[in-house]
Amino acid sequence: MKTILSTSNLTIGYKSKKGVTTIAENLNLNLASGKLITLIGANGIGKSTLLRTITGIQKPLSGNVYLNERNISDYQPLELAQNLSLVLTEKLPPSNLSVFELVALGRQPYTNWVDKLSDEDIKKVHEAMSLTQIEHLASKKHFQISDGQLQKALIARALAQDTPLIILDEPTTHLDLLHKVSLFKLLKKLTQETQKCILFSTHDIDLAIQLSDEMIIMTPENIVQDQPCNLISNGSFSNLFKDEHIVFDAEKGKFIVS
Amino acid sequence: MVNKTRNTILFAVLALSLLLMFFASISLGSVTIPLKDVLASLTGGQATKSTWEYIIINYRLPKAITAVLVGTGLSMSGLLMQTLFRNPLAGPYVLGLSSGASLGVAFVILGAGFLPSFLSVIALSSYGIVLASTLGSTLVLFLVLVVSQRLRDTMAILIVGLMFGSFTTAIVSVLTYFSTAEQLQKFTFWSMGNLGNLSWTTIVILTFCVTIGLLLSAKSIKPLNALLLGENYAKSMGLNFKQARLIIIFATSILSGAITAFAGPIAFVGLAVPHIAKLTFQTSNHTILFWSTLFFGSIIMLFCDIVSQMPGFEVTLPINAVTSIIGAPVVVWLLVRKRNI
Repeated sequence: MKTILSTSNLTIGYKSKKGVTTIAENLNLNLASGKLITLIGANGIGKSTLLRTITGIQKPLSGNVYLNERNISDYQPLELAQNLSLVLTEKLPPSNLSVFELVALGRQPYTNWVDKLSDEDIKKVHEAMSLTQIEHLASKKHFQISDGQLQKALIARALAQDTPLIILDEPTTHLDLLHKVSLFKLLKKLTQETQKCILFSTHDIDLAIQLSDEMIIMTPENIVQDQPCNLISNGSFSNLFKDEHIVFDAEKGKFIVS
Repeated sequence: MVNKTRNTILFAVLALSLLLMFFASISLGSVTIPLKDVLASLTGGQATKSTWEYIIINYRLPKAITAVLVGTGLSMSGLLMQTLFRNPLAGPYVLGLSSGASLGVAFVILGAGFLPSFLSVIALSSYGIVLASTLGSTLVLFLVLVVSQRLRDTMAILIVGLMFGSFTTAIVSVLTYFSTAEQLQKFTFWSMGNLGNLSWTTIVILTFCVTIGLLLSAKSIKPLNALLLGENYAKSMGLNFKQARLIIIFATSILSGAITAFAGPIAFVGLAVPHIAKLTFQTSNHTILFWSTLFFGSIIMLFCDIVSQMPGFEVTLPINAVTSIIGAPVVVWLLVRKRNI
């Protein structure tokens, strides 16, 4: 398995006028190709800060992030866009974009100055739409489709960007169970078929345990990365929530409310 | 693709309408000139009366060209702002850019008396007024930008534009208190908007400014497409956001600044035209919107100009009144409709 992104002795946090707030220290994470990796942790624990730091949006307090064995801070914006694509939680601004146009925007790092799509670009856009099974929506406007379909379209856009690593911020948030499961399965299928590495944050721990190849668990004490079964056997989940009423049942592999 | 043929037909129709409108604007006016004399004057031949020839070459032709420049420039600056601010109601007039330009011009026209005489001559020249007006609109755009970063609420940005309009009116009325009747008259005429009084020299300056603005807008087509998904997505697709934003701001400022300097504050064209373009072509792709906004902007401005001096009317209506009468209902209709625009 080829390593795509790794961190060495990474310390994350943010600086403000009051001083430095450290969220986690000495992180050594490793994201390899063909893996579906989920990031879980309670609200406010710093998942977004971690994602912002490893995507190069925010500077680490110390240590380094390496993308393809090169420091992420050495990348030019365009180069970075050809190696790393994002799916964000924010709402799209009002526009007339059709689903096809939305997915095609993923080709921006490759298009010329007037944004003209080449035959190659159009081929990649269709590939991305067929992988996510949204071809029938191509001419629909992005505000006419359901939340689940929009999420797929945004994933297709990231696929069209043709990067070895895709990072998604809570893609399952507004979806019902059926669509959550289908999205998880879609991401799983994409990692297997395209050998891309996909990292995403989520609160659906039960599904993440069943479907992800590896998990990164954030607790106030530490951040660990391992396969779900190992994380269960070494009791990492029991520290996830600081509440005596939520207990992790290692045998069932899920949280129980007592 | 069905869309492609549809767009080709639409563009052909637009180009044809533009030619027709341009010709109509030159042929129609308070003085009736026969069609063959209009053609003769334009092609360098002899018209039946030399006054007709004079009217066509030195009055109507420059006015039609000004209308095209004003229409394209204001509409383009509206399109840029609507995408940059993620706000369908943005436009040079609504966001207070025209007010800012007015303030600059007011300072120059009404305040020139306070300057030493040699400086006031420079200030009152076309260059001085363009500079003051562009500075004024840039200043307002930066203020709006600062506010828009603090307030995520798009409606608040519009209110800031409105407030800046009132603020300008207040400053201007303070300035009028100290100015002479002659200065006041000059400013009042300017603020009603006028496409007519431009000499060929000023048209050259205006053409130059609008061309720079349009070239910068063309360069911004790709960044604008990226910004359709918002700032963060745009950055993740390799956009140098700060640079792109600076270019867009400069383009809008020079377009609305230069146009306001010469033609006065013209309302609603910048806001309404991009929407007409978007609704007609049913797309958000700025390559298509760029061209369609250019066409619609010039056609609509020429139309407003024809309306402002209806044949048979003794008087010429202020162009600003005409654009407001046509534009304001469009804006209300857009608000009521309030779909994804």
